[in-house]
Amino acid sequence: MLAFTLRRAIQAIGVMIAVGVIAFSMFRFAGDPVNQIVSLDTPAAEREAVRKSLGLDDPVPVQFARYFANAAQFKFGVSYQFRQPVSNLLMERMPATLELAACATVLAMVFGILMGVYSALRRDTILTKFFQAVSLIGISLPTFLIGILLIYLFSVTLGWLPSFGRGDVVRIGWWTTGLLTLSGLKALIMPSITLGLFQMTLIMRLVRAEMLEVLRTDYIRFARARGLTTRAIHFGHALKNTLVPVITVAGLQFGSVIAFAIITETVFQWPGMGLLFVQAVQNVDIPIMAAYLLMVSLIFVTINLVVDILYTVVDPRLRSTIRRPA
Amino acid sequence: MSDAVVPHRIESSPQRARSNASWLKRVFDSDIFYSFRRSRMTMVAAAVTVLFFLLAIFASQLAVQNPFDPAQLQLMNSRISPLWTAEGQSPFLLGTDEQGRDVFSAILYGLRISLVVGVLGVIFAGTLGITLGLIAGYVGGAVDGLIMRIADVQLTFPAILIALLVNGVAKSVFNNRLDAVSTLAVLVVAIGLSFWVQYARTVRGSVMVEKNKDYVAAAQLIGLPAPKIMLRHVLPNTMGPILVIATINLALAIITEATLSFLGAGMPDTMPSLGTLIRIGNNYLFAGEWWIVAFPGIALAGLILSINLLGDWLRDALNPKLR
Repeated sequence: MLAFTLRRAIQAIGVMIAVGVIAFSMFRFAGDPVNQIVSLDTPAAEREAVRKSLGLDDPVPVQFARYFANAAQFKFGVSYQFRQPVSNLLMERMPATLELAACATVLAMVFGILMGVYSALRRDTILTKFFQAVSLIGISLPTFLIGILLIYLFSVTLGWLPSFGRGDVVRIGWWTTGLLTLSGLKALIMPSITLGLFQMTLIMRLVRAEMLEVLRTDYIRFARARGLTTRAIHFGHALKNTLVPVITVAGLQFGSVIAFAIITETVFQWPGMGLLFVQAVQNVDIPIMAAYLLMVSLIFVTINLVVDILYTVVDPRLRSTIRRPA
Repeated sequence: MSDAVVPHRIESSPQRARSNASWLKRVFDSDIFYSFRRSRMTMVAAAVTVLFFLLAIFASQLAVQNPFDPAQLQLMNSRISPLWTAEGQSPFLLGTDEQGRDVFSAILYGLRISLVVGVLGVIFAGTLGITLGLIAGYVGGAVDGLIMRIADVQLTFPAILIALLVNGVAKSVFNNRLDAVSTLAVLVVAIGLSFWVQYARTVRGSVMVEKNKDYVAAAQLIGLPAPKIMLRHVLPNTMGPILVIATINLALAIITEATLSFLGAGMPDTMPSLGTLIRIGNNYLFAGEWWIVAFPGIALAGLILSINLLGDWLRDALNPKLR
């Protein structure tokens, strides 16, 4: 168990170093950083001074070590377009993205599990057919089209919900939250649905497939023979056993939810990290791109690591296969 | 099938003529065509997909104007609503946008670009993935470990993020001064680099199984070089799953291109794809000009839905367990 955890942790560190190399090479070799800082008619001597002050004339390994040491302390340099430290910009934007991603995930879990259980238990009803149609749409329609559709329906036509921004936010320490004001909650509804729809269809399909499989097993038949109520069988025994894979998938998907928030945030002009990243790609703001890549990778790698380790804790069968030398 | 009785190994010419004539019959009798005929949904999806491809190929014949040519656009004709509404004007079937561009013509040309990027992206991803998968599976050892480790790492990141990064880096390398055609090339590379992993994994898996079979040993025994064995003998046996992945990937590639263009990191306004058209149209949604965004959106959704349905059917039809 300890060996497994250690091996996974070393792998995770390896991935982070690889991503760090990519981020650094983007930062260093994709375009000349000096050109982004000085104006076009800056004399050559002054350019050299800027180059020296940025440490760009040191050997590349030294520069890499410096970049890595800085990144480990969350210092990612200065944004070309905003002339502000990238870490400040990211910290400012992070609460918006995390709140949106968490809301979308909760939404996807609740509705995905409900719809999945229903469509597994009542296989041929109209409602099940409707859920399956929704899941086909969730997979086939690009995220931004769903967002535009929602805006057209609820903002342009009905005028019920705001089409952009976070509404009023409350500041708690360095964290800003939109969950405590009415306009903040209203602004959160459509982006969460847009972001969560794909995850919801994924969870629904998974729960349905798992439920159908579990309902065929002997212990369910045995529970029926014991005369347990249908409700106790379905929810006490069947659903409980489907939840392990569902929670794993939802956990692993949280990283992609944060990445897909890029699209949702652009559609709804949501002031999060994703919107910052898209603007950075449009304006070739390499420090922000590199920092975003590092941050998102860190989140991804951490989630993967935690899920892997939790999995072996939850499922004893896996532990025995790991202990055995492969 | 009937590998028991093959009396004449040398193909004589009458036999070849007959095999040509019965080629069509063989297609009609095949399992795959049977399952195709049985599913009405698949037939509709196939028809719609073919229709979209035809529309894209004959775009310049069907369009009333060339939407990429500023000389053909007249500001007098801007913001006309679709033909069947009160303010509709012929020949603008689906209305016009801010610059007087006919929405129908723009969709045809945009469809062409979306399909070109999608198909080329799938081909690029497929070639890269199949090559790396073949090498990893056939050579094994450290090479295999390296390729598959890269694949593992990349698989944890969503394709759209990788595509955006490749795009941003390319822009920065070329100093943000790319013309429309090189933007298209960058998009193809970005999509190819984000989707190769699935091909590599699938091919590697099949190669690991195939390479221990007798026919590979026989080929090695008669001294065929490894690349020839891989390409001519092992690869054809892994094509089934590849075809399924390619179909589903085409839908994903089109979505990715549209998303990049929508985010403003893809095709420019001067040479719009469907995604660019949706981004432009989105700006006029609040002014009540819904048709500028609605029709490109419907075209994109219809295209992706029909390709996805085809992919689902192909996966089931080629799965021997479901027969």
